[in-house]
Amino acid sequence: MTSPTELVMITSILAMAFRMAAPLIYGTIGEAFAEKAGVLNLGIEGMMLMGASAGFLVGYGTGDLWLGVGAAAVVGIMLGLVMAFFTVTLGAQQHVAGLGMTIACTGLSFYIYRISIVDVGGIPPHVKPFGTIPIPYLSEIPVLGDAIFNQHALIYIGIILIPLAAFILSKTKLGLSIRAVGENPSAADTAGINVFRIRYLCLAIAGGLSAIGGAWLSLSQSGMFLPGLTQGRGWVCIALVVFCNWSPLRILGGALLFGGIDALQLTMQGIGWRVPYQLFLMMPYVLTIIALVAVARRARAPAALLSSYKRED
Amino acid sequence: MAGFKITVERRLLPSRRLEIAAPVFSILVALVISAVPISLGGVNPIEGYYELLYGALGNKLSLTETFAMFSPLLLCGVAVALAFTCKFWNIGAEGQLYCGGLVAAFFAVNAGGLPAPVAIPLMLVAGFLGGGAWAAIPAVLKVRLKVDEVVTTLLGNWVMYYLVSAILFGPWRNPKTGWPESPIIAESTFYPILVPGSRFHLGIVVSLLIAVAFYIILKKTKWGFELLAIGGNPASSQAMGISVAKQIILAAIVSGGIAGLAGVGQVAGIHYHMKTDLSPGFGYTGVVIAMVGGLNPIGVVLASFLMAVVVQGTQAMHRATGVPWALAEVIQGIILLCLLVGIFFTKYRVRMVKA
Repeated sequence: MTSPTELVMITSILAMAFRMAAPLIYGTIGEAFAEKAGVLNLGIEGMMLMGASAGFLVGYGTGDLWLGVGAAAVVGIMLGLVMAFFTVTLGAQQHVAGLGMTIACTGLSFYIYRISIVDVGGIPPHVKPFGTIPIPYLSEIPVLGDAIFNQHALIYIGIILIPLAAFILSKTKLGLSIRAVGENPSAADTAGINVFRIRYLCLAIAGGLSAIGGAWLSLSQSGMFLPGLTQGRGWVCIALVVFCNWSPLRILGGALLFGGIDALQLTMQGIGWRVPYQLFLMMPYVLTIIALVAVARRARAPAALLSSYKRED
Repeated sequence: MAGFKITVERRLLPSRRLEIAAPVFSILVALVISAVPISLGGVNPIEGYYELLYGALGNKLSLTETFAMFSPLLLCGVAVALAFTCKFWNIGAEGQLYCGGLVAAFFAVNAGGLPAPVAIPLMLVAGFLGGGAWAAIPAVLKVRLKVDEVVTTLLGNWVMYYLVSAILFGPWRNPKTGWPESPIIAESTFYPILVPGSRFHLGIVVSLLIAVAFYIILKKTKWGFELLAIGGNPASSQAMGISVAKQIILAAIVSGGIAGLAGVGQVAGIHYHMKTDLSPGFGYTGVVIAMVGGLNPIGVVLASFLMAVVVQGTQAMHRATGVPWALAEVIQGIILLCLLVGIFFTKYRVRMVKA
């Protein structure tokens, strides 16, 4: 028999798993769009941090958290377009350009925060973060209801985005163009698809979504901004796309697994178990490398990933 | 702009002069662009850059500190440049640095009985093997299973970081202070200080020797020729009789080993124990350095020194003017991005012509 306290604990871990999964869901959907179009966006970690910073500053300055989310999205889209300028227009090596974006944005996110906020008495400024919105009836389901249907608005939106992204990528003309560009850009070009425009679009989506994932951390999770707030979650998103074998529908399961590992680790630390929590934090990376090896021979990575496209005319 | 259009055509032979001019010009442009965040931070950029240069090069102490920063950056820069030469995209220098530091520290903590002339070379070997072993895994996965090394080397950094953290918070936690630090390494393994009263340690000489070795490998040895050939065209190198798979694994091990030596230097020359924040991202800056240096040994030395000046000087600028220290990363990132534009102009000729 499961005791009532254990049930409460399961609910709490599950709810936490969703909250830890939220930034991963946004970042991973975005990264999936970029990679499907053939661009590995290693700028994602920096874009998340810029989203967290911009989202917080606007949310704090105006008092309107949704304005903060919007600002994060705009900043992210612009950074995505910058990444596209380097990798698509200039044809720079994707991993080098991405790393450059992450280094610059990591510094910039804290730099801008620091020069905009006047420190008052050592306590970092904070906003009252987004609260939870219980969904009528569903949130009353025992155990699961409180975990799944009493969540933050950004989580609901993120979960809805997953099937939407899957639908766009697999069932629409746009999705077909994106996949064609990621598999064989010169054939796509011959077929009349504008390779450059598709890659710009996908990187804008990637930037916008990963920045919203970052804004989740500052506006929904903690209510404040700190340097390095993302703690490498951008890289976890890179791992997740691979772990989900580039299939958008698997993102929910993958993000919940990785988020759940994090939630478990935090809960065990919280109740005072002395576990080497680092081994849990390591899991997403280890699992992804194992998955890469296991599916090495039948991995579904877009064929043109990491290669720039130049029209020879 | 009616009547004009911009044409882009590939240069048949990128000129040598352009290849040197591009990074220099890109760095200057990057410094001009970086003046924007500096002035947004409420500091006159000219004063800011003066503080930066003075803080990095102005007196004996600051100069030795800049060299202490130069050493790990140079090793990481050479490590990345060597791997990139044969198109093994190693962005895992950060993890390899930690692995090298960990293995070397494990040896050095237990090397009490050995005299320094024995202990220090053995520690270097330990660190080299540690970093090399960590780099060998993605290399083997790449050549045997075609697993992309960009992802595996990158994720490997985090695996190694958490492994080091688990060891330092667990079995190795300092029992006296409770800090996540290894015990102090044996005194015989301390890198000798070469300039009294500073942190100018033996590792700086080690890193310069490694840079010289990289030069000799690339310019004078068959192995260097093979790496360049693989980087140029893997398929035809294979046809020429070069064992591409073997050379890539070997290059990855040497690359990781050199990054491991950067970890050794931080342990034995700066901190005297293993710690969780051994590197503030030297491995990632190594990628910037390798690119800015054009994968060329002399270029990498110059680029490492530039980055050391930027990092060390920005700290001084921060102290003098209060501008946030995160500026160092901003400048580094902008330099790399400007360089990518510069590389574009060395490869392509852009002209405005009458339509």
